[in-house]
Amino acid sequence: MATAFEIRRRNQLIIAAVVVAIMIALPLGIKDVYVQNILVLTVMYAALSQSWNILSGYCGQISLGHALYFGIGAYASTLLFVKFGVIPWFGMAAGGIIAAAIALIVGWPCFRLGGHYFTIATIVLAEIGLILFLNWDYSGAASGLQIPVSGDSWLTFTFLRSKLPYYYFALGLAAVVWLVTFFIEDSKWGYYWRAVRENTIAAQSLGVQVFRSKMAAAAVSAFFTAVGGSFYAQFVSYIDPDSVMVFQFSLLMALPAVLGGIGTLWGPALGAAVLIPLTELTRSYMGGGGKGIDLIFYGAVIMIIALARPEGLLSLVSRTRHAPP
Amino acid sequence: MSMLLETEALTVHFGGILANSDISISVNKGEILGLIGPNGAGKSTLFNLVAGTYRPTSGRIRFEGRDITPLPPAARCKLGIARTFQVVKSFETMSVLENVVVGALVRFTNTKAAREEAHRVLDVTGLSRRAEADARELTPPEKRRLEVARALATQPKLLLLDEVLTGLTPAEAQKGVELVRKIRDLGVTVVMVEHVMEVVMPLVDRAIVLDLGRVLVEGAPQAIVRDPKVIQAYLGDRFHA
Ligand SMILES: Nc1ncnc2c1ncn2[C@@H]1O[C@H](COP(=O)(O)OP(=O)(O)OP(=O)(O)O)[C@@H](O)[C@H]1O
Ligand SMILES: [Mg+2]
Repeated sequence: MATAFEIRRRNQLIIAAVVVAIMIALPLGIKDVYVQNILVLTVMYAALSQSWNILSGYCGQISLGHALYFGIGAYASTLLFVKFGVIPWFGMAAGGIIAAAIALIVGWPCFRLGGHYFTIATIVLAEIGLILFLNWDYSGAASGLQIPVSGDSWLTFTFLRSKLPYYYFALGLAAVVWLVTFFIEDSKWGYYWRAVRENTIAAQSLGVQVFRSKMAAAAVSAFFTAVGGSFYAQFVSYIDPDSVMVFQFSLLMALPAVLGGIGTLWGPALGAAVLIPLTELTRSYMGGGGKGIDLIFYGAVIMIIALARPEGLLSLVSRTRHAPP
Repeated sequence: MSMLLETEALTVHFGGILANSDISISVNKGEILGLIGPNGAGKSTLFNLVAGTYRPTSGRIRFEGRDITPLPPAARCKLGIARTFQVVKSFETMSVLENVVVGALVRFTNTKAAREEAHRVLDVTGLSRRAEADARELTPPEKRRLEVARALATQPKLLLLDEVLTGLTPAEAQKGVELVRKIRDLGVTVVMVEHVMEVVMPLVDRAIVLDLGRVLVEGAPQAIVRDPKVIQAYLGDRFHA
């Protein structure tokens, strides 16, 4: 007989299957490139924010430097492609592994820092990464790298005529990261990460190896963020440090999860579905002069969440979970 | 009777405060040991040293004959030392069951097995009814029970209970006393810090009194309550408080 817990888990999978089915059908009637573009970005940020959520939501280690891993992913696959002809599918995997390794190296000193100091360290490290890439001639320094696009090809993952292949890849990535999160929730790491987030001292006393837990969360989180970065590089087909490693990306990975519900399974996707179209519409409404408007917009979003719904949008609908028997 | 835990001249300073000074005590397998003393005597500090949350300035701690002084808290838990916190530290946004699963995972790698174990522990501690509630929704007495449940789920050999009966109504306290007896009968050695003498003294096999960071006296509960030094320490505390 299935327990209430197992039924709840199964229902989550069913909901996810339905959502994915809808998302597969969604762009079929849409020919407008501008709208397609918004759809790609929305699904991509759902995947990225879901990755961010693993470290910052579940494990509670708030990173505002995930642009570093995003940029590493973008540069790893692009450099491998442009300089060595390695197809981006391998480049993505390589970028993910390099980013995970860097997350572990960075985590070694940083996870000994508590709370806000950790967050500040992530910001600083991402800025250092940005400066390094701005000055690294091999990677094109400030002028960046162009990915040659010869025509539509799944092998080199480049498409000219339609954005739909990009959309479906991003959707697949979002689904994979969702599934990873889903399985982690009911694993030892899932319990340990939340325990570390809620109370580190109590967690330790119950046998949780806090440092190791944080390292594991950071590696998984960085891996998928970098895969997202590789994807983005292919999608825009031209990268430079200012377009893949700036603070804005760190913010855009954090915000959907915070808006939707930090440390929850559906928060990042929900948040991205609301925030990204709004951001894009605001941007185009404001025209070319609206660069600073983005930041004002994010600031407003953060303030509204903090004041009205600190637990995020998801808490409006999911209060049923712990209803008394 | 064999010795489970032994401290050797444990000493810890916090700035100018000598919180524990030269504490050498032992805990026997299977007993319920009472640790009492006025406010600020150093009882919680001693728990924190034994569980590894604090590092001693000097001294040694031996568990089952093995020197555990350098081990971090998680490793001590794995060896069989569990503790509750005087100021409860629930995982607030996790359910009661999930709180307990965290403890159980030190013995079970499989989450299903850990959940089953957690359900058993909730049953023993009388929290089954609240399994699905978030920890933050619990009443203060329920939170103390959760502290005990979580610690128990790690299947400890030694359980350190820091004021788990404090602030309860007499009826609740009586239930707590029964729970502690039940835990001992499961084969767990218990050390408990408690202020209310009427509650602890009938429960414990032996008591140690701390005062100003030192061991004042040690012995059978009946002898302790009549000891002039103990009366003095408690009266002195009352005059200063
Ligand atoms: N982390 C700490 N930092 C500084 N001082 C501390 C710390 N922990 C304990 N102390 C001090 O050590 C002394 C002993 O404190 P402790 O909490 O062990 O007393 P206690 O016997 O548990 O008292 P109570 O009955 O009030 O819980 C107190 O003076 C306290 O202020
Ligand atoms: Mg105390």
